[in-house]
Amino acid sequence: MFPTSKPDPSLLRGMTQRRLGRRDALRLGGLSAMGAFLAACGVQGKGKPGASAAPDAVAKFWNGKVKNGKLDFANWPLYMDPKKPELKKFTEKTGITVKYDEVIQEMGPWFAKVQPQLSAKQSIGYDLMVITNGMQFGQFRDAGFLAPLDHSKLPNYAANAAKSYAQSAYDPGNVFSVPWASGITGIAYDESKTKRPITKLADLWDPAFKGKVGMFSDLQELGNFGLLAAGLDPAKSAEADWKKAAAKLQEQKDAGIVRNYYDQGYVDALGKGEVWITQAWSGDIFQKNVSDGTNFKFVIPEEGGTIWTDNMAIPITAANPVDAITLMDFFYEVENAATLAEYINYVCPVPAAQATMLKHAAAQTGEDKEYLESVANSPLVFPGEADYAKLHYYVGFNTAEEQQDFSKVFDPIVLG
Amino acid sequence: MTQTLTPAPATQATPSRRRFRIGGARMMHIYTWLLIAWLVLPILVMILFGFNDPQGRYNQTWQGFTLKWYGELFALPDLTDALIASLAVAVVSSLISAALGTGIGYALGRYRFRGAGATNLVMFAAISSPELVMGSSLLTLFVSMGVGLGGVTLTIAHVMFSIAFVATVVRARVVTLDRAMEEAAADLGATAWTTWWKVTFPILLPAIFSGIMLAFALSIDDFVITNFTAGNVQTFPLWIWGSTRVGLPPQVNVMGTLIFVVGVLIAVVANLRSRPRKQQD
Amino acid sequence: MNRVKRTLAPYLLVLPGGLWLLVFFVVPMVTMLSLSLQEGDIVNGYVFTGHWQTYVEAISDYQTQMIRSLVYGAITSLVLIVLAFPVAYWIAFYGGRKKTTYLFLILLPFFVSFVLRTISWRMLLTDDGVLLHPLKEAGLLPSGFQLLGTPTAVIAGLVYNFLPFMVLPIYVALERIDPRVVEAARDLYASPATAFRKVIFPLALPGVFAGVLMTFVPASSDYVNSELLGGTSTTMIGQVIQSKFLHTSDYPTASALAFALMAVLLIGVFSYARALGTEDVMKVAAR
Repeated sequence: MFPTSKPDPSLLRGMTQRRLGRRDALRLGGLSAMGAFLAACGVQGKGKPGASAAPDAVAKFWNGKVKNGKLDFANWPLYMDPKKPELKKFTEKTGITVKYDEVIQEMGPWFAKVQPQLSAKQSIGYDLMVITNGMQFGQFRDAGFLAPLDHSKLPNYAANAAKSYAQSAYDPGNVFSVPWASGITGIAYDESKTKRPITKLADLWDPAFKGKVGMFSDLQELGNFGLLAAGLDPAKSAEADWKKAAAKLQEQKDAGIVRNYYDQGYVDALGKGEVWITQAWSGDIFQKNVSDGTNFKFVIPEEGGTIWTDNMAIPITAANPVDAITLMDFFYEVENAATLAEYINYVCPVPAAQATMLKHAAAQTGEDKEYLESVANSPLVFPGEADYAKLHYYVGFNTAEEQQDFSKVFDPIVLG
Repeated sequence: MTQTLTPAPATQATPSRRRFRIGGARMMHIYTWLLIAWLVLPILVMILFGFNDPQGRYNQTWQGFTLKWYGELFALPDLTDALIASLAVAVVSSLISAALGTGIGYALGRYRFRGAGATNLVMFAAISSPELVMGSSLLTLFVSMGVGLGGVTLTIAHVMFSIAFVATVVRARVVTLDRAMEEAAADLGATAWTTWWKVTFPILLPAIFSGIMLAFALSIDDFVITNFTAGNVQTFPLWIWGSTRVGLPPQVNVMGTLIFVVGVLIAVVANLRSRPRKQQD
Repeated sequence: MNRVKRTLAPYLLVLPGGLWLLVFFVVPMVTMLSLSLQEGDIVNGYVFTGHWQTYVEAISDYQTQMIRSLVYGAITSLVLIVLAFPVAYWIAFYGGRKKTTYLFLILLPFFVSFVLRTISWRMLLTDDGVLLHPLKEAGLLPSGFQLLGTPTAVIAGLVYNFLPFMVLPIYVALERIDPRVVEAARDLYASPATAFRKVIFPLALPGVFAGVLMTFVPASSDYVNSELLGGTSTTMIGQVIQSKFLHTSDYPTASALAFALMAVLLIGVFSYARALGTEDVMKVAAR
């Protein structure tokens, strides 16, 4: 499972691709002075496909890097107990202080925000970030923005991580990232308003909920549900399918059913009654219910939901990579993985944590015990085979052009 | 057109002012107050919810009175950092833009020179361009040059949009400047430099100061241009923008309230001090 | 010697600030134009190809949003004239010694961050919020009624946020009117209404023009209000540009749209300012 063996096939494909527009640029040799000046403003490409997977990349990056006793961690909201018990424990144990910022709310904006700094080889102010396995993961990876991980510094990961993650399509062998948590995109709803249980994707198209349906503004999340609603499998879809899905989504929008396209803000909208039924991420709803005493339901639709993985990765310009990788490994200690999942209620990448949770439950009484048992047995935290059968993976892209095409198909819906 | 007549002090309520009155005065009075109430309503809501005692993460329904957020004002380190970043950028950018803007304003008000028209034009464009375009075009500049975004690019941007405002304020004062004082100084043998420092600068100081205040206010409130040029630096408005999606903590309301109160106090004091100057308009 | 200094002085004074504006205001327009004509993607970089079709595609894809923004901007300015004129009038002619105080009250919102006051509005207008909940409870509104997400909410937000920019210039223009001009009209037996129509209003027009200039441009390029108060069918061009730059990193399309927007607005503004005389507009704007 170690990284050096073979580069990702998509990287190879990327390498053999002609760099877009090069020849066109040469053809324009006789430009006017103005044109030449305009042309001189070209944006440098950062694509160095395959380079980071080179055998010596790991050594090259990690040589001479030492522990600095501090690190800055960029994460999503609702991804840790606000009291941050795990980080306190980490500081006690290692002496490394962690600055934890909930600054990531959607992948697109996050990539756009840090891309200029990374291109300029400047620090982005964070040593560790949690990024989803979508389109932007590929962009981070292919642009050479992610530090290759030194797996000799990740003993707990090797011992405790679920083996299936090493075979992921987006980062085979976990060369650049290790999972923070996986999650399921399904439907959340307020039964007191919908007056009936929600079971399928078609409910998101139900005119009875006109103006009260929330969808995600993240193009992949939105596209996935469009594809699933149209009876297509995202992971195997191509451009013609995307257009069908887009038509389906456009119809939903034109009928006035969609209230808005949300990022992380959908939780707030659900809480305020702005939407009654919405695309949602599994753990968020659970946490909202715990923290605000609400009673929202989360369901994986009959047609299927999607599963994604949020991954810890170290930006190539990180100032404190050793501290960052130490924290990465810390979350693979079974005990820490268990307490984290107990709070956030997302799919835990450490299978052994289930037993630990049950142990925690046994030590408690009453409501606390019930709560911990329910988490340990929740299919949203430790999904079984049957659950996985209902889940789909993200649309996979082979080239940057495909990604752009995908964006072009779905962007006009969100930006209507 | 008023030049041909003697410039009457407009603020004095001369009897002839009556002639402007077209009836419905009471209606207009009530209407004015209604409009003011409308303007103030969201501010009151902001202040009120700084005293709210919400149970969960979401401060959106009234759940009881508390003063605790004033005590825990700095309990959220990232919010505090954002506020500090905002203040730092505002101080630095208002000072730089004051220095640069004063130069332009003075030159435009005092001299006739080739290029004055072009300078005027650029300033006019800088004031009337949409913020969105200024912010995004700066982003393209930084991206094309391979410059990473952060505190420096942010400050550069803030100086950029403040210069023209400072220059306009200073120029307005320079135009009304009595040249005789400078000439008297020169006649008494002062060098150009001494005249500037000892005579002109002190006269311009109030205008420069209002320029600084204006630049400071523009900077601390700016969202659009900041959003394009800040990279990962969080300023107070950016932090608020990011947090709306996950629930604004009451501390934001408290900070907003405090900024409001301090701003109002400064404005009132500045206004009282500049009272005698009002006649000039 | 002294003369040389004097001729150089204005250039030396303008130079630092002018250079700053040149490098960080004028040059970026050029880089943006350049980027709009480049092709490529964010990972592999962009190369200048003079691909002007980006403009054709971008404008045909997003003309709805472009037109919508201009329409929202225009409605905002019109509503503002109607709302602001009586207030400016009342303050100018009936404000007496409290004029400054009234103007100060009109300016109060500026002491609260733009984003924060818009969020406050959002809280007020929420479906089950302080304003709508009681009305729904009383049966005055259907329970499904919503303000947020509608064009009304977006335009109301724009009107709210830019109101002072309309009141001030109109006030300044009214304040400048020489009382004797009006007096003369009245002496010539003009009724109060006629005096208003034939004398006061025409003299206030420069203020109205300046107000339109100061509200139309920021309102039609705004994205904060439509983002916070709008819904799926209120997307303004600012949101599209913002999203293309800061969500999907599609720099060429974003640059093309921003450039097109700027061209439309600046051409409008400059022809507008030319008709009025730049100096006047600037003077009023500077108050």
